[in-house]
Amino acid sequence: MRGRRPFFRRQKSCPFSAPNAPKIDYKDVKLLQRFVSERGKIVPRRITAVSSKKQRELARAIKRARNLALLPFVVD
Amino acid sequence: MPYYESVFVARPDISAAQVEALTESMKEVVAGTGGSVTKTEYWGLKALAYRIKKSRKGHYSLLNLDAPAEAVAEMERNLRLNEDVIRYMTIRVEAPDEEPSIMMRNKGSRDDRPRREHGRDGGRDGGRDGGRDGGNRADAPSASADDSSNSTAEADKGDN
Repeated sequence: MRGRRPFFRRQKSCPFSAPNAPKIDYKDVKLLQRFVSERGKIVPRRITAVSSKKQRELARAIKRARNLALLPFVVD
Repeated sequence: MPYYESVFVARPDISAAQVEALTESMKEVVAGTGGSVTKTEYWGLKALAYRIKKSRKGHYSLLNLDAPAEAVAEMERNLRLNEDVIRYMTIRVEAPDEEPSIMMRNKGSRDDRPRREHGRDGGRDGGRDGGRDGGNRADAPSASADDSSNSTAEADKGDN
């Protein structure tokens, strides 16, 4: 694929804007976990394709979960 | 009156019954200041993501409130005073949710099929991230050299 079309980028769509998208909630650890790296850092939206509005919401939820020790601040 | 959602974490060496009693006393505090508790949940003894006051586990409880701000302030003051409470957080919510929260729902019953696909979608240059974070450093260069179908598979792992 990359050999034929060198600068081809597949169209990304926000995982939270789909019709039956999940609601962003600080209690939903399983969902939030997919948007943090192995180190526990929030994954940038250029990689996860989350819209900027939803990314702000997501970041807020992750930070809330961290405060309640549902998610780690740092994994080492 | 505004709606609030309050979660508190209690020390692991108290019993579940004591946590229930603590929840009840918080309910009374809220009721005493003119509010009402619409829902309570006990999530059980869960492992903390990091140590808080030397504990590695904690009893999690959730309270849904329909109360004036003074009631919340009073409840938080009581939570602060209580030695058994190691962490608490109260947030304001637009609408109270009546059904049990995600924590109480049966784990694994939720279907995250459509979202998995999106994750794969977004994970195209996730391989780079994995490499940077020191995740699968050995895989990252080979993944970027390979064709994209292979690299998405690699990147997907890296994202989680």
